[in-house]
Order: sequence, then C-alpha cells, then structure tokens
Amino acid sequence: MLELKDLHVEVEGEGIEILKGVNLKVKKGEIHAIMGPNGSGKSTLSKVVAGHPEYEVTKGDILFEGESILELDPDERAHKGVFLAFQYPVEVPGVTNNTLLRESYNTIAASMGREELDPLEFEDYIKDKLDLVQMDPEFLNRSVNTGFSGGEKKRNEIFQMAVLQPKLSLLDETDSGLDIDALKIVSNGINQLHGEDDAVVLITHYQRLLNYITPDYVHVMMGGKIVKSGEKELALELEEKGYDWLEDLATVNGEAK
Amino acid sequence: MSETKALESMIGEEYKYGFTTDVEYEDFPTGINEDVVRLISEKKNEPEWMTEFRLKAFRAWKEMEEPDWFNATYEKPKFDKLQYYSAPKNKPKLDSLDDVDPKIRETYEKLGIPLEEQKALAGVAVDAVFDSVSIFTTFKEKLAEAGVIFCSISEAIQNHPELVKKYMGSVVPARDNFYAALNSAVFSDGSFCYVPKDTICPMELSTYFRINNMNSGQFERTLIIAEENSHVSYLEGCTAPMYDEHQLHAAVVELVALENAEIKYSTIQNWYSGDEDGKGGIYNFVTKRGACRGDNSKISWTQLETGSAVTLKYPSVILQGDNSVGEFYSVAVTNNRQQADTGTKMIHLGKNTKSTIISKGISAGKSDNSYRGQVKFSKKADNARNYSQCDSMLIGQTCGAHTFPYIESANPTAKVEHEATTSRVGEDQIFYLQQRGLSEDDAISLIVNGFAKEVLKELPMEFAVEANKLLGIKLEGSVG
Repeated sequence: MLELKDLHVEVEGEGIEILKGVNLKVKKGEIHAIMGPNGSGKSTLSKVVAGHPEYEVTKGDILFEGESILELDPDERAHKGVFLAFQYPVEVPGVTNNTLLRESYNTIAASMGREELDPLEFEDYIKDKLDLVQMDPEFLNRSVNTGFSGGEKKRNEIFQMAVLQPKLSLLDETDSGLDIDALKIVSNGINQLHGEDDAVVLITHYQRLLNYITPDYVHVMMGGKIVKSGEKELALELEEKGYDWLEDLATVNGEAK
Repeated sequence: MSETKALESMIGEEYKYGFTTDVEYEDFPTGINEDVVRLISEKKNEPEWMTEFRLKAFRAWKEMEEPDWFNATYEKPKFDKLQYYSAPKNKPKLDSLDDVDPKIRETYEKLGIPLEEQKALAGVAVDAVFDSVSIFTTFKEKLAEAGVIFCSISEAIQNHPELVKKYMGSVVPARDNFYAALNSAVFSDGSFCYVPKDTICPMELSTYFRINNMNSGQFERTLIIAEENSHVSYLEGCTAPMYDEHQLHAAVVELVALENAEIKYSTIQNWYSGDEDGKGGIYNFVTKRGACRGDNSKISWTQLETGSAVTLKYPSVILQGDNSVGEFYSVAVTNNRQQADTGTKMIHLGKNTKSTIISKGISAGKSDNSYRGQVKFSKKADNARNYSQCDSMLIGQTCGAHTFPYIESANPTAKVEHEATTSRVGEDQIFYLQQRGLSEDDAISLIVNGFAKEVLKELPMEFAVEANKLLGIKLEGSVG
C-alpha cells in the first residue's frame, strides 16, 4: 500500500536534511510502529507522506498503491485514502465538528466515487462512530478542537479516522498526552477500525501504546533513517534498553551511505 | 427563482457585476455650485423647503474641510469633475414596470434582482436604484395593505412631505460631516420606509444600489421610520461596473425607532473594489446612524463589507430612550489593495441602555483593515452597558489589521467590556483541513466562515447562506 524509497527530505528553503534515505514497505492489513527518540524524524515522516508544504523531498519517492504521490497536494492524497492523525490537532474556531466532517466525508466520497450523504443520512452514519471513541453527540456541535483537552483532541482524531475510513492511517503520537483510560479508548477504537483492507502506521515514542495495539512490525528511527526493524518483540527490547544501544548503528549506517 | 440563485447573483463569483449597461443619460453639467444644487432639486420637482435644505447643506459643505483622520491613503475625489446627477433618459413613471427601460430591466435581471413580483424572492420587496434614480419598487401594494410605506425618497418627498420634513436630517444633520453635508446638498435618490404604529412589516425590505455611469457619484439617501411597537427588517445590496477610475459613493442613512420599535438593517456591500494593483474601485464614504428615540427601542446594524477600494463607514446608534438597545455586527473583508476603516459609535444617553459590538476584520493581500469604534456614556446613562469584541484575522504576511477603540464615560455606573484578538490563518490550519480532503480555497473559506459566524448568523436567513459563499470567493487564492 505504501512504499517509501530512499526518501530524503529537507525543510523547505532551509537546506537541513531531516530524512536521510528512508525505506519502508507497508502492506494492506498490516500495522507498523515507528519508534525512536525525539528529533529522529518520525513526525516529519508522517507529515511528508501526507504532503505538508513545509517539507521538500530532495530524493527518493513515495508510492501509494503503486503510484507516486509526490506531486499531489495534501487534499489529493487524502482523496486517495491517506489519513494523518495529528500530533497537535489544529483548532478551527466557529466550525463545528459536524460541519467539517460532513464536508470532508463528502469531498472524499465524491473523489472515490462513493455516494455523498445529506445532513440527515450523515447524522445516522456518524452516530455509531461516536460510540467507538465514547464521545457525547453534543461533541458534534462543538468547534473543531477549540477548547478541547489534549485527550479530547486525540480522541477526535480517531473519531475522524472512523468517519473517513481511510486506507492508510498515519497516527502521529496519538498516545502522547493521554491518561490510561483515554489510551484504552483510543487503542480500542484503532483496533476496531483496522481490518484486512487498510494499513496503520503508528508513530510513537513509548512502548505503552503497543500494549494495546499489536504491531506486525516495529521500526526504529534515528538520525533520519530507519536503523533497525523487527517484530513486536523489538518494542519490548527498546523499552528495556532505551535507544542508546542503537546509536552506533545509526552513525555507522550514516557514514556508510 | 430559488432563494439561493437570487443571492448567488447578488453576491457573485469573482466580480461578475463589472459590466456596464449602455443607456442614454439626460444631460447634466459637471461640477458643483448653487445652480447645480438648484437644478437637481428642479429636476426632481421638489418643493421649496427641500431646495432650501439642499442649499443650506451646500453652503455648509463649502466651508468644511475634507477629513483625513482615518487610516487610509487615497487620491481625493475631484469634486469639480464629478457629475452629481445621472438619470437615464427614459426615466420611468415608476408606477408601471412596462415603463422601465428594457436595458435597465435587463441589468437587474443580470444581477439576479428581477423586478417582476412573480419572479422575485419570496417575502422580499425591492427598491432598485440605478445611478441617481429609483427605477422601480416591488410589492408596493402588498405593503400598503399593512400600512407600510416603501418607496423611493423622491416619491416620499412628493407624497409624504410631512414625514420627510419631520425626520430627514434629524439623525444625521446636514452639517454632521463633510460627506454628509455633500450628500444633503446633492442626494439623488434612495429608499424611504415608514412603518406605522403596532405594525410588523410583513416582508423583508431591500434596496439594490447600482452605479452604472462612469463619472457620476452616487449620493443616496435612505430614511427609515419605525413608529411605536413596530418592527422592520431592511437589507441593502450594492454593485458597480469595473472602471479604472475611482467612483464616489457617499450615502446617508437615517433610522428612527420610536417606543418599543425595532429596526434591523443589514448591508451586503460588494461594490467594485479595484484590481490587484488598486486601480479603480469605489470610494465608499457613508454616514449611517440610527436613533433609538423611544424607550425599549432597538436598532441593529449588520454589515458584510467585501467591496470598495476605500471604505469609511461607522454605522452608529444613539441610545436615547431608556432601556434601548443598539447592536453592531460587522464582517469587513479586504483583499489586494483595499482599505477599510470601519466600525461604529454607540452613544448612551438613556438609562439602562445596552449596546453590543461584534466586529470581525479579515485582511488578505496587501490590504489594510481597521476597526474604529466609539462608546460614549452620558451623565444620565445610569447602568448603561456595552460589550465590544473586535477580532482580526490576517491571511498572508503583507496585510494589516488595526483596532482603534475609544471609550468615554461620564457616568460611574456604566459598564464596559472590551475584548480583542488577532489571529493569523496559518499554514498548519490549512494543512490540517487539506489533510481532511478540503481544497486550499475551501479550507480558507471554512476558516473564515467559522471566524465570522457570530456575525453572519445575524443576517436575514434568505441571505445568510450566500453570504458565507461570498466570503470564500473574495479570498480565493489569497494564500500564495
């Protein structure tokens, strides 16, 4: 579903390379976890796949369902089924969750050739999704992320994921700032949404999310590269040893290139 | 014709009202002096007292200096080069639509304002003002059944002189300011509305202003009177062709609300705003003021200002009656080289008077957008209250937003609350919405509509939906 090929990325106009040749393959039905210390480029990776204009791909390619999406705007990528759950969801005062979601849903539905929903149909459709993240219907009438607690913002991201039913979900530190109850709700939601036809990439600093969501693969990012990949046991090892023991690996690889 | 369609045409995508109608005009001299003022009055067959009113105003104007205290720079209008009266040659008798020049009828069709009642927006009566004259007023009979007088100001001067004499200039005196004085001297036409005692006006009233002639200024005059226990809602819309030269629009609007009366006045101003480099566009220098004369009366201004090269406009309320209420809801959008200096004055004279100011300024391009507001409490205004909220939103790095609030209180029991915020539409906000599938323009439109929502919801329902749209269109492509 997603393939990153020797991806090199700089901050637009600044000439600082953040991703230094990332290779990654994510197939349908899989859950991948990308872990790593702060500043390793994990969040950048998710934003680049979603098409954030701040970043410039200087080398390599991003393939989605076999086609390069490098030239596509963020909305065009979203139409293809790429979803990013933001680490810091953005506030949009005066625009209700309901308004945004219906507009999103219908825009994406239209471009995928699915049927658009009128306000009443949408109301029915959205109801079940609320339960998934245990949110009050009143929540739909609140302005997008405005005055939300950190936990509510993160739950809202997963709620949006539930409504939009993307093919590829990139979840950028969705677990950070959540208390244990919220973490359980969010993880449970993600588990229920994930199936054979979609893929999930979890970006996380901590192993604790992986107690609730079992990844098929775990990758460690350091210094803008994936320095080690393994199965779920790798996460436990990281929990135990930290990231230091991988540092050598990162530098060696860095020099080798 | 569906409501939506009517509004769509009224507000427009891009600026599709830039066309010119080729009509023959009556000859009229250029420039201004007493003879010109007399000639205007003569053309309109006005009674002596009206001519005197004009001449007095003209003499006052001649002594006045053009103000320059606002936050805008522009080339001053050349008053001696302007034409102060511009009437199509085939001036209709105003009682039959068949008499209206077909070209002018066509113009209004094109603007989405059909003058045939059966085609009109349900529940909305229209007075169509083309350059200096009122062309036609719809639904007159239906309104007359309810006792409501809705006609052009010229007709009112002929048919209801006692009302005009009593109220015209009573809220905005001729000497009030430079542009009000000029308007009082040369005003051409505009709307007149009188709602009698204990009457709720059965329809939404509206005036549609159109400047067509290149060299003429438009000086319209509107007067609305709501007697005791009456209620009226009025909306004006404005468009103009695209010319390279600036055109002057200097209107005066006066509202009078007596005891327990309520006037709701809404504006969708979409005059041509000039091109990207600031060439052409309307100078919109307008004096609008309402007087809450009676106890428990209420006047509410709602404006959506998107057009004009330069806007100087401060719709105000004089809260004279005890417990009277004044409201000002404004969204001012500037893009490219537009300049807007707009706000309100709330003058609290009566006891327990209350005013609310919600102003939303949105600036993009290289534009400048200023809020200027005055809240004044007189000695007698016991327990008067004001709440002001002024929010500015910036799009891009090259525009400006400014807030100039003035508060004066001569009464220690008066209460004022003032809040102000400035925000910028950020790359992150747009990216977030794009990630959710919205195009960049839709994202901006959504952000801006969210920002302006508190004000937009005050617009009459028939116009609210399309007003939302106008905002989006106005700012399309403003993030480069």
